[in-house]
Amino acid sequence: MTAPKPLALVLILLCVVLFGLSILVGPAGLSMGDTLRALFLGQGEAATLVMREIRLPRAILAVLVGASLGLAGAAMQGYLRNPLAEPGLIGVSGSAALGAVIALQTGLVAAWWLALPLAALAGALVAVLLILLLAGPRGSSLTLILAGIAVSALAGAMTTLVLNLSPNPFAASEVVFWMMGSLSDRSFDHVLVALPFMLIGWVLMLSLGRALDVLTLGEDAAVTMGVSSIRTRMFLVLGIASSVGAATAVAGAIGFVGLVVPHVLRPFVGARPSALLWASALGGAIMVLAADLAVRLILPDRDLKLGVLMAIIGAPFFLHLIYKTRGEIR
Amino acid sequence: MTLLAIEKLTVLRGECPVVDHVDLSVGPGECVGLIGPNGAGKTTLMRAALGLERFKGRSSLADMSAPDRARAAAFLPQSRQIAWPVDVETLVSLGRVPHLPRGGALSTADRDAIEQALDRLGLDGFRQRIATQLSGGEQGRVLIARALAQQTPLLLADEPIAGLDPAQQIATMQVFAQLAHEGRAVVVSLHDLGLAARHCTRLVLMHQGRVVADGQPEEVLTPDLVAQVFGVSIWRQDSPMGPVFQPMDVL
Repeated sequence: MTAPKPLALVLILLCVVLFGLSILVGPAGLSMGDTLRALFLGQGEAATLVMREIRLPRAILAVLVGASLGLAGAAMQGYLRNPLAEPGLIGVSGSAALGAVIALQTGLVAAWWLALPLAALAGALVAVLLILLLAGPRGSSLTLILAGIAVSALAGAMTTLVLNLSPNPFAASEVVFWMMGSLSDRSFDHVLVALPFMLIGWVLMLSLGRALDVLTLGEDAAVTMGVSSIRTRMFLVLGIASSVGAATAVAGAIGFVGLVVPHVLRPFVGARPSALLWASALGGAIMVLAADLAVRLILPDRDLKLGVLMAIIGAPFFLHLIYKTRGEIR
Repeated sequence: MTLLAIEKLTVLRGECPVVDHVDLSVGPGECVGLIGPNGAGKTTLMRAALGLERFKGRSSLADMSAPDRARAAAFLPQSRQIAWPVDVETLVSLGRVPHLPRGGALSTADRDAIEQALDRLGLDGFRQRIATQLSGGEQGRVLIARALAQQTPLLLADEPIAGLDPAQQIATMQVFAQLAHEGRAVVVSLHDLGLAARHCTRLVLMHQGRVVADGQPEEVLTPDLVAQVFGVSIWRQDSPMGPVFQPMDVL
């Protein structure tokens, strides 16, 4: 059940190249020799600080966040058997954002920086509990989507309420900027907070490969072929909540990756849901690395937000894809 | 030895029983045609027997663990679902999933099973075709091949020949009869009484959730029963190639 090897090689190569570029590019204007010496040998105090404390965690987070979003997108589309599904559907990103916004607004963040990612993770957890309560461990995938939409709407409304009650415009703008999603000024602490949750999520979602393959034949056929619908649904919801919740906690809301990446890579893996899982993880990492590079290259001094750029590029690109393949989607 | 034992199986939709105290037992070598008008409970009976519906009573398949059941019986649902544009060979190979060890790849035995299934349904030339781009009838055959690749002692097929051309309908029924001949068992629901009589070793006639007749095709397709259950008259003629049944007029 592996995908074509050339694709894996190309994706890994792209990932490595972009990771390298991500480390080399930045406002400090270091030469390539300086950056590598600083990174590996610790030569040059300021340069080492820039490399090890700023650029390296940023690049690592881009990979982790991208992989989480891409993988979650592929898992969600596979489970719902719908190319328009995306991880945000079950309301985890919205609820994680709400948790973060509350942490920002109440000033908890000023007291303790970890408050923000932890509040976001708590938000994701509440979303999962609500969804499982609403949709139950049994029930159809339609109930799951409806529960997700309800939770998303509630989280969105609460976020707006927090903004509405914001004591001053500065607090409000801080929240708004955070919600645009970004990877700038992140440290290794962010990596350490997010990594365990992401890993758990990845393991849960990658273990669904075979079940998602069989679901191609519909739920009835899948169940009679030994797939447990309860296990599949639990792993999916918990996997997405854990990894996407963690991604939102450290990077804010970044859309389109989970929607576009599986869609683009599907033809290259013969449309096989299991192969699409890891391909989309790599593809997501590539997309976020590239977008985060673009953010730094296009408007270096204006702090262009990653989520904004992603939507500006992602939406037209997606429209183009739909236009190109409109005959094939049925 | 029985491959399927159903006792007093009842499925309720609200207060209304759609399957009502059905007893059925199927052994090796049988090709059982499940016939009855729309809404007689054929699909519900099959789904309940597999544990896909809540029911009262007992079904030997529903009692099994999911992995054991997947190796004991294959099910071909009525709705032909192929969610992604995968190629035919990949789709048929999904039938081997219940036999694969955790994380394991396809073995030679698996490959043989897939080849045999493709071969039986004459899909050799379709291997690399994208399943979702095939015609409805061709998709139907690909999905039958998937169920055959599962190589279970029992196959439950819900209206597998609906929408197939006459040659493919006959060829498919012959495949089922052949499976029975090899010592496996098939339960197939269908609406074509002529094909059912010709290719099944046994017919089970359902009406309003109950089994009203169970036996040799000649015993089940009597003019009285067919008139009472289907509301049509049936014409029977003994030919050198066996008895021929043809529904004639609505009564």
